[in-house]
Amino acid sequence: MAAIIQQKEEKFKELEQYIDSLPDTKGELIRVLHKAQGIFGFLPEEVQRFIAKKMKVSTAKVFGVVSFYSFFTMEPKGEVDISICLGTACYVRGAEKILTELKKETGAEVGKTTPNGKFSITGLRCIGACGLAPVFTIGEKVYGRVTPEQVKDIIAQYK
Amino acid sequence: MSNFKMHMLVCGGTGCISAESELIVSNLQSELEAVGMGDQVQVLKTGCFGFCEKGPVVKVLPDNTFYVEVKPADAAELVKEHIVKGRKVERLLYMDPDKKERVADSKNMDFYKKQMRIALRNCGFIDPDKVEEYIARDGYHALGMAVTSMTPQEVINVIKESGLRGRGGGGFPTGLKWEFASKYDADQKYVVCNADEGDPGAFMDRSILEGDPHSIIEAMAICGYAIGASKGQVYIRAEYPLAIKRLEKGIQDAREAGLLGENIMGTDFSFDIELSFGAGAFVCGEETALIHSMEGERGEPTTKPPFPAESGYWGKPTNVNNVETLANIPIILLKGSAWFAGIGTEKSKGTKVFALAGKINNVGLIEVPMGTTLREVIYDIGGGIKNGKKFKAVQTGGPSGGCLTEKDLDTPIDFDNLIAKGSMMGSGGMIVMDEDDCMPAVAKFYLEFTEEESCGKCTPCRIGTKRLSELLEMVTEGKAEVKHLDEMKRLSRVIKDTALCGLGQTAPNPVLSTLDAFYDEYLAHVQDKKCPAGQCTHLMTYTIDPEACVGCTACRRVCPVEAITGEVKKPHVIDQDKCIKCGACYDKCKFNAISVN
Repeated sequence: MAAIIQQKEEKFKELEQYIDSLPDTKGELIRVLHKAQGIFGFLPEEVQRFIAKKMKVSTAKVFGVVSFYSFFTMEPKGEVDISICLGTACYVRGAEKILTELKKETGAEVGKTTPNGKFSITGLRCIGACGLAPVFTIGEKVYGRVTPEQVKDIIAQYK
Repeated sequence: MSNFKMHMLVCGGTGCISAESELIVSNLQSELEAVGMGDQVQVLKTGCFGFCEKGPVVKVLPDNTFYVEVKPADAAELVKEHIVKGRKVERLLYMDPDKKERVADSKNMDFYKKQMRIALRNCGFIDPDKVEEYIARDGYHALGMAVTSMTPQEVINVIKESGLRGRGGGGFPTGLKWEFASKYDADQKYVVCNADEGDPGAFMDRSILEGDPHSIIEAMAICGYAIGASKGQVYIRAEYPLAIKRLEKGIQDAREAGLLGENIMGTDFSFDIELSFGAGAFVCGEETALIHSMEGERGEPTTKPPFPAESGYWGKPTNVNNVETLANIPIILLKGSAWFAGIGTEKSKGTKVFALAGKINNVGLIEVPMGTTLREVIYDIGGGIKNGKKFKAVQTGGPSGGCLTEKDLDTPIDFDNLIAKGSMMGSGGMIVMDEDDCMPAVAKFYLEFTEEESCGKCTPCRIGTKRLSELLEMVTEGKAEVKHLDEMKRLSRVIKDTALCGLGQTAPNPVLSTLDAFYDEYLAHVQDKKCPAGQCTHLMTYTIDPEACVGCTACRRVCPVEAITGEVKKPHVIDQDKCIKCGACYDKCKFNAISVN
């Protein structure tokens, strides 16, 4: 437990140093949020409050920006985060069926993490790999031209 | 210069990297070392070749041999056969689907024959990480010309005369935009490159940034000189890590070479570029929303005027151009406005890059002169419809565009023709659909997208897109009546007329264009409660043909709700009350015994 608290303190320290290193915080909220999400993996209320205080803006404003952009998330990603392309090219080549299978196999929903923290699914607009449609990625690994039947075996490797 | 006799170009675009093209590069290098030819043959990771369907692609120069679907394990054979023995590896050459013969030279491939690469001129040709290679292709020559021998107004005039129009969707004349920004006096002006490509199914901006970052850097500097700005910002999606990396390297290299920074090429013109990162919001493609996002705020648009040319980033005159637009700038200055104006149609000059995707044989990134017909793009370059199916529609312009049908295929593509047909150019997404695609469902897909991406500032867009998508859901679930179709039309017109920005004003296009061209299909959904394309699950009935069923039990086992019963080697039956219409049995059956109505 002590180790976790210490780890968390270090993360806040890293974020604080980053904000302090900026010559001017005017207009830099999105940059800071990118950094914070890089450090913490997500942007919980605590982190948003911290940023608001450091940058001397209201927490409501920080929340307003966080909730506006799809890249920012207030929920931690799963240990295995599956990013599925939901762009049009993938849609017409059957991405919805792949998504249904992914949900079934992992128990996660788009934008949600399973209660045990194992799987999460992130919906992407287009990853620009339309030649591989339908496509999803897990970490660095790209699964292209996937068929619904293959999903079960792919996910089994991560269970 | 190097002593390399041959070059092996390996596509390093996102699609090909996803298919392990980086491993192909390193395998080729080690194979070349192994045969002692590491110093004679250079392996280069280039930008996108465009032929994504058959990636990863490897091109060998000088003989211009084009290998497709190369796997890392093929490296040894490529080196031993092609490089050492000079014999082409037949099995990796592109197979012409009509003539059934292998084509070695990309120039002879139908995919490339009708293309004309201006914006993509360097993609797949140079190593994007090396500024020297860009310079060797006349890179930074246009900037040099502009700052040493032209006045800013002369630069603007060339761009105006060329007829270049914004490639991000609006189609506004670029030269005119520059002129507006140049007219305002201010202590600071900004050049902004809009690289927040958000149209699902379009990836040309990313490919240009990944394949030819210096063309954008050079163009921004030229624009800076023309409008009197010393600062540039690239607003780029954080989801494009490779493009960001290449751009950062490019900016760094350009600074070191004295092509960015103080006193460029010994003149008193100074210009530098920084990146700011988007965070995923489609509306940020709209220039006022983009500027608010760059300022760290919610990316909500504001009414124009004032236009960014007068009051943009931090209230200063700002010129916003899209990536593809900028990619055209250096070459227009080099070759002259008359050359560029000689390509294309009367009101749309030059070329346009399209991301060809969907149910088409050759998915990829293509660039064609304006005025090329849809038929040429889909059948000649795209190789026709996948699996021999029938063409149904092509969707252009992304979520803001509309669907074009068989009767529009001979329309020459340009800004005005597409608008006249109820669609638009947009950023250049082109999604081909076949007879299996249900148009109300496609419209619903787009509306769900705009509903999600609506920033919520104005009511017509926030509530209107929500209502439209609800109505479409009713249609696809068989709960709508004919009067709802009229309601959809009326609502669409209200949204078009009253929404604040381009996102809302164009959001109903997919609905209006499909209602117009596929009214019968909508009627089938609302009157007969049938989906002719067999896509809307709520409207389907699955039945087993007792004649064709062999009783293999595969469908019974795959059914998640145990709706299928039957004994081994006897015809099975689906209990319609239990069936949830998931289609699992249909996909599973190897004997085509299950039909959908």
